[in-house]
Amino acid sequence: MADERYSSTELMICLASRTMADSATAFIGTGIPMLAASLAQRMHAKNLTPVFEFGGTGAILEKLPLAVGDMRTYNKGLHAAGICTAMEAAQRGFIEYGFLGGAQIDTYGNLNSTVIGEQPSPKVRLPGSGGGNDVGSACWRTIVIMRQSPRTFVSAVDFLTTPGYLDGPGARERAGLPADTGPFRVVTDLCTLDFEEKSKRMRLLALNPGVEPEQAQAATGFELILPEEIGRNAEPSAEELRLLRDEIDKDRLYI
Amino acid sequence: MNERSLKILEEGVGDLLTPIDLEAFRAHNRAKEKGLVDKRMSEKEAIRRFVDEGDYVGVELYGTVRCPMSLTRELIRAGYRSLRGVGQGVYESDLFAAADSFKALDWTYIGLEVYGVSSNLRRAVESGYVENIVEWSNAALAWRFKAAAMGVPFIPTRSMLGTDTFKFSAAKVVECPFTGEPICLLPALILDVGVIHVNRADKHGNCQIDGISGFAAEMACASRRVIVSAEEIVDTETIRRAPDRTIIPWYVVDAVVEAPFGSHPGEMGGMYERDEEHIRSYFESTKDVEKVKAYLDKWVYGVESHEAYLDLVGRERLEELRIQGD
Repeated sequence: MADERYSSTELMICLASRTMADSATAFIGTGIPMLAASLAQRMHAKNLTPVFEFGGTGAILEKLPLAVGDMRTYNKGLHAAGICTAMEAAQRGFIEYGFLGGAQIDTYGNLNSTVIGEQPSPKVRLPGSGGGNDVGSACWRTIVIMRQSPRTFVSAVDFLTTPGYLDGPGARERAGLPADTGPFRVVTDLCTLDFEEKSKRMRLLALNPGVEPEQAQAATGFELILPEEIGRNAEPSAEELRLLRDEIDKDRLYI
Repeated sequence: MNERSLKILEEGVGDLLTPIDLEAFRAHNRAKEKGLVDKRMSEKEAIRRFVDEGDYVGVELYGTVRCPMSLTRELIRAGYRSLRGVGQGVYESDLFAAADSFKALDWTYIGLEVYGVSSNLRRAVESGYVENIVEWSNAALAWRFKAAAMGVPFIPTRSMLGTDTFKFSAAKVVECPFTGEPICLLPALILDVGVIHVNRADKHGNCQIDGISGFAAEMACASRRVIVSAEEIVDTETIRRAPDRTIIPWYVVDAVVEAPFGSHPGEMGGMYERDEEHIRSYFESTKDVEKVKAYLDKWVYGVESHEAYLDLVGRERLEELRIQGD
């Protein structure tokens, strides 16, 4: 599986980076999405506009932000506003991509980052929605980044924090969520997944280098849709790795 | 006579932790001092005068940025044990959890960002000390402040719909009377006290913030009482020269506290970096109850005032954190 020349984290950053088109807007959360956006700006998406939850918009990501509110989120930025400005832009359709993560995900891309166990007395308290629910509600296309295991890719999430396709086709619209929105990709340490149009269930799109379809299925607590042709993700290029290691995360905070 | 009525489609099961009493809020605001009086005082005086046990308290910040830490430490020293408030934070929420300050929280995110989930916080919640948790998204809380700041009972949003975050909130989904579509109504959140740290303020409470402003303006205008700490107190002429920069106006503010390095160990945009060493050592300590206690004894209970705290950190260390101008 993982090649010694790069780590699975580096690969996930590269895969997330490649999902973003140039001149688009992207709602960026803490961790891998920050590195992915910074890499995208240096590789193929110079005019990518990062939007951070607390109001930083249009930053040039020279230095890696450590948090969604720190000053690097508006470094040489175009607009330093507040949380309402960022969230309202998403609500009225300005934000294309939104990055999400969580402790659990189900076949419809619904996410849990609130509790493990049943309410009202769950076993484990997690950090909570934060901006996750808003990003998952309002961005056009959300990209989930998670490590894949039967513990995290589950048949039912313990708590539905952030909406994916809820219980299937049309469910988002019926609930009142904006039309034509929802999970676009899931990037993991094993593969990239998308959602089959008719059922809105998770489908294997492309495998990471050295990974077989059986491994991806074995790391998933529900049945994946397997298309006839499964793609293969390219490994990180020498240039991507150089940028990540020598420029973006020199202090090795994430990679 | 039109007999059509607004149809409630779904209701969250969470409690409203603070009443939507708009008339009382208006009456309170009417009685507030509008004159340009000197509101400067110490952390100790501000907290003791304006915060009562059981109050609903909000601390505005984003992560470890622009945190009113000198006021947070004073809140903990004052020994409140049954506050209600907003669960939106990192380091300061964790200190409150360690000190058992809050009994009820409107919760959106409490964690340690890159450092993960705090064992400290888990202890406070899983042990049941925090008795009541109501779930919200981040924007939902900001919009709830906005509704209160507008002086209206609710604000509609397309967030929260279809999820357990909604189900365990105190929001309601109704059929929109204009479009017929489901829409989520967020109840206004009127706070007893808002605690906010800014770059500079005059003695009357006119505040400027450099860089992003989080939800400072919304929270200030949603609070019955506002305690502001500022890195620097400037004269009113500075405010009058650039009134477009006043993000919180004097008439909502009750107390102005001068607190240089008031966000330490957090950061202040354009002024100083966060003290990573200090924060990391705190987060390490949260794994062990005794170590957290020792941390609180040293850095919170063991210091009388913000001045004493800064001496304990060391003036040299603070200078190292200062951002040098170009």
